[in-house]
Amino acid sequence: MKLTINGETAEWPADTCLRTVFERLGLRGQRVAVMVNGDVVTRSQHESFVVHEGDRIEILTLAGGG
Amino acid sequence: MPLTPPQRARYARQLALPEIGESGQIRLAAARILIVGAGGLGSPAAYYLAAAGIGTLGLADDDVVEASNLQRQILHGTADIGRPKIESAAQRLQALNPELRVRPHRERFDAAGAPQMLAGYDFVIDGTDNFAAKFQIADACLEAGKAYSHAGVNRFLGQTMTVLPGRSACYRCLFESPPPPPAAPEAPQGPLGALPGVIGAIQATEAIKYVLGIGKLLLDRILVYDAMELQVRIVAVHRRNGCVCNRPGGFHASAPKVI
Repeated sequence: MKLTINGETAEWPADTCLRTVFERLGLRGQRVAVMVNGDVVTRSQHESFVVHEGDRIEILTLAGGG
Repeated sequence: MPLTPPQRARYARQLALPEIGESGQIRLAAARILIVGAGGLGSPAAYYLAAAGIGTLGLADDDVVEASNLQRQILHGTADIGRPKIESAAQRLQALNPELRVRPHRERFDAAGAPQMLAGYDFVIDGTDNFAAKFQIADACLEAGKAYSHAGVNRFLGQTMTVLPGRSACYRCLFESPPPPPAAPEAPQGPLGALPGVIGAIQATEAIKYVLGIGKLLLDRILVYDAMELQVRIVAVHRRNGCVCNRPGGFHASAPKVI
C-alpha cells in the first residue's frame, strides 16, 4: 500500500503500524510527534497505531534549541 | 498621536504599504512584545521588531554573553562577552532605534513568575533554548490566554508555530510533554547561526501581523525548515483531543483577543 510520509510517497506492506514505520526510518525510541491525515496520534498509541492505504503521515522531531 | 516628521522618514517604506500605513505604524508603537531568551532566535526577532517601530520590547534572560554565543546571537558583540545578555541586547536595540522602550527581565522564565511577567504584553516570542522552558511558556501563555510564537532549532532544522491558546493547536497538542533529559550531558552541536536567523525573523513577522491584525497567522500549522535540504514544509496540525488546551472546562483563562 502507498503511504505518504513527510511528503514522500512510498510502498509499504499492508497492515503497517507506526512501530514498523519508526523502525524502518530509524526513529524508534526517539521523541517525535506524529500526525496521520492531520490528526495528532497520542504518544501512548504511537507504536500500535495502524495506518492505511493513502494515509498522509507527518513525523516531526522535537527541536529544543534557540 | 500622529507620527512626527522623523518617524515618517524612518518608517517611510512601511507607511507606503497599504496593509500598514500610518494607523498601523501607530499600532506598532503602542504594542508591547515579550521576547523570552535573547539568544539565537531572540536576537533577530528583537532586532527586526525594534527596527519596525514596536514600542515596547520586554527581554527575559538571565545569561551572560559567552564567546560561543556570537556565531548566532547577533545582538551581542565581542566586547559584550561576560555582560548580561539583556544589557548588551538593550544597548544594541536602542542604538538601532532610540524610541524603543526596553523592559529588562533578568530572570529565567518560570511558572511562578510567568503570570506577572506576561501581564504587561500583547504577544510573546519563545526564543528559549531548552524544552523545559518551551513547555513552561506554552503552559503560561495558555493560562494567561496570551498569543505567542513557539520556535525551536536543532542543528540544521528549525520549527515554528503561532498559538492562540484555546483557539488553535498548541505545542502540547503536538509534543505532549518534555522529553526526558539525556542520560549523559551532550555537547551541543550547532545550530548553524543563520538558521535561527530565519526562524526568529518569521517569529517577528508573526508578531507584527498579530499586532496589526493583517494576513494569515501560522495557526494550526507548524513550519519546518530543513536548511540542509532546503525544504520548507508547513504541516497542518489539528487540536488534539485530551490536550490541556482542549478539555471542556480545562481552559479557564481569558481568551486571547482575536483581530
